[in-house]
Amino acid sequence: MTRRYPVSVWIGAVIVVLFAFLAAFGPWLAPYGEGQIVGDVWEPLFGTYFLGTDNLGRDMLTRMLYGAQTTVGISLAATTVTFLLGSLLGFLAATAGGAIDQLVSRGVDAILAIPPLIFGLVVLSVMPSSIPILIAVMGVLFAAPVFRVARAVAMDITVMEYVEVARLRGEGPFWVMGREILPNALTPLVAEFGLRFSYTMLFLSALSFLGLGVQPPTADWGGIVKENSAALSFGLVAPLIPAAAIAIMTIGVNLVVDWVLNRTSTLRRGS
Amino acid sequence: MAAVEADSPTLLDVRDLRIETSQADPADRSQLVKGVSFTVGRGEVLGLIGESGAGKSTIGLATMAYARPGTPISDGEVILDGDNVLDMAPVAVRRLRGQRVAYVAQSAAASFNPALRLGEQIVEPAVIHDVSSAEEGRALAGELYHRLGLPDPDRFGERYPHQVSGGQLQRAMTVMALVCKPDLIVFDEPTTALDVTTQIEVLAAIKDAISDLDTAALYISHDLAVVAQIADSIMVLRYGETVEYGETGQVLHSPREDYTRALVSVRSIGHPGGAAPIPASAPEPVLLMSGITAGYRRGQTILDDVTVAVPPGRTVAVVGESGSGKSTLARVAMGLLPPWAGELRFDGAALTPHLKRRRREELRTLQMIYQMPDVALNPRQEVKEIIGRPLTRFLGLRGRKRMDRVVELLEHIDLDASFADRLPGELSGGQKQRVCIARALAAEPKLIICDEVTSALDPLVADGILELLLRLQREDDLSYLFITHDLATVKVIADDVVVMYQGKVVCQGPRAEVMSPPHDAYTDLLLKSVPEMKLGWLEDVLEGRRMEAAGN
Repeated sequence: MTRRYPVSVWIGAVIVVLFAFLAAFGPWLAPYGEGQIVGDVWEPLFGTYFLGTDNLGRDMLTRMLYGAQTTVGISLAATTVTFLLGSLLGFLAATAGGAIDQLVSRGVDAILAIPPLIFGLVVLSVMPSSIPILIAVMGVLFAAPVFRVARAVAMDITVMEYVEVARLRGEGPFWVMGREILPNALTPLVAEFGLRFSYTMLFLSALSFLGLGVQPPTADWGGIVKENSAALSFGLVAPLIPAAAIAIMTIGVNLVVDWVLNRTSTLRRGS
Repeated sequence: MAAVEADSPTLLDVRDLRIETSQADPADRSQLVKGVSFTVGRGEVLGLIGESGAGKSTIGLATMAYARPGTPISDGEVILDGDNVLDMAPVAVRRLRGQRVAYVAQSAAASFNPALRLGEQIVEPAVIHDVSSAEEGRALAGELYHRLGLPDPDRFGERYPHQVSGGQLQRAMTVMALVCKPDLIVFDEPTTALDVTTQIEVLAAIKDAISDLDTAALYISHDLAVVAQIADSIMVLRYGETVEYGETGQVLHSPREDYTRALVSVRSIGHPGGAAPIPASAPEPVLLMSGITAGYRRGQTILDDVTVAVPPGRTVAVVGESGSGKSTLARVAMGLLPPWAGELRFDGAALTPHLKRRRREELRTLQMIYQMPDVALNPRQEVKEIIGRPLTRFLGLRGRKRMDRVVELLEHIDLDASFADRLPGELSGGQKQRVCIARALAAEPKLIICDEVTSALDPLVADGILELLLRLQREDDLSYLFITHDLATVKVIADDVVVMYQGKVVCQGPRAEVMSPPHDAYTDLLLKSVPEMKLGWLEDVLEGRRMEAAGN
């Protein structure tokens, strides 16, 4: 297809690629150690330290780079869990139908009925706040909406005659899900992946801000906002830096996702 | 191209109409309509005919100054009664549509608002355009319900769309078009979605109504036999260009172009040597379905004690209207719908009724081809994967051997080896159906169930598919259970015919026997409803019915 990409996609793509790069290589790019105290509390921007220092006098740029890895890394891992779980169950419900569909769908309805933040708070206040547990909790929580999307997309595909042909050939359920349904469901799921990634990142940041997410001294963007929140009363910009990073990343991902979604719906209309 | 001399004063004059897609770069644009010209006199009917993609509907809509998004009218004139509608201001165009030119869409069911009574919707355009008051509109509509033979005409307008049948809705839409007393009506495939028995009623109703009201019409269809019954002149279109334009009689009886000749002689490919002779000693049938009773929901019987046998090497055609249970019969045979009662036998042995419990050998010998090749092929799999998978699954072929067999099968269906790497999206409708056939053949089956395999294809392409199926039958000794609503296809392909009506077999036997009198009332009605490619066929049939009614 020879079509030019709109400007918004370029902006989104540049943001996503840049942040992905920073997340991957952050600790190597960082000028100081993650917990190293280098100067005074809340030194100004563009002085000795490019982004100034935080509430304990640690280099803000270093904290942000380490934080990028934690925040993006955990979000990505949780979103992957979400997708593996949600898609598998969604495809299963769509292809099996009947009682299995009812059982899984109603179970998911139950999860959807609970506000995720409350659920997360309750679970994490009982369990230790370790990174694997964070990933597992978010993975399960957000698998519910992904299940809805995956099931709806797969429902449209299962009624296609090529799926019936596969069944008439006696193919097993995993062949049908993996070879007939998945390739045709991929585009909407990829778009959903981006969207879910944004939500997960926002959710993780919220948890960290509330003190239930990533625990200090490990840096993560939500945590940095919390640590520096007192600076606002002095009119200092320190907490705005991690907040901006969260916002920019979310916007970047959404710009790309919007385009993917738009493109798939045009394709659908065209066919 | 010689224009047809109109006897009556010209109402619509389309000159050199061009429509193209609207890419920014002129090099990317493709012309959909490439300079088409015609005239329609008052009270005249012009038939536009051609395959899908020929530009018929696009031209029809252009006479209302409408172009689909992304495909603007780039050049030409559409002069209606002296005014060029393409130059009109948007307000004037709005007055034109519905009032002077009305449109009857193919799918009436999708064009009515299900939440409003039919009467309100039918009268609405007349009220909006100030043609008449609501009362006058209702009175005229009432009269038209009578004329178009709608049931309970005095109260028909009080019904909701879901309370009437598809054929009645199509007639209701014609009433809606007529109620504004337009000069011109554009009929876009108004009978294509209907059963033959219904089609004939709608066709007769349309023909009566437009001749009574002296309305001109454009009648768009892909079926030449239908257009021939209603049009004064015919324009044959292909790839957006006029192939032939002339009076109906001339186009039918002495076509000038090869393409038109092919259209006129469509469905005349013969079964070699007529139907296969009936063997003296009845061999054991490949598939025997006896006393099948089945349905999807308790208490709703779709198939009622149906017995069908398919002998080896023969084609059994199952015909009937939509809703007669033909496709359900196929689902029962394939194991998708286990029957409530009755027995399935394949090649002398009992056939497992449940798909899930069928052995691999049972799955292999019984294959199926579908109506819509578009949804029967996975758009993300290449042709070699589509055809290759059954080879691996049923015959254990892999790697080199599998690829060789795929190429062999492609050649068998008249496609060359280069097609192996294509995706379904890169194939035409006919090629897709051929790939579906190859996929069925790959399993080396004894019986193929063909469910309306030609109905979604253009007539000439459909002919090619039928010829292929006949050739494969001769070469591979296949049996077919051929499900169709199209009796013209039956005449081409069937050895035996089963006529179904409301889930019951009303008539079955060798084709010659079923097709020639005496037959039961329903088969008679069905046979006589198939449009024939000759002038005055519609009148003959209607006359015949009237005489029968009088005789009874």
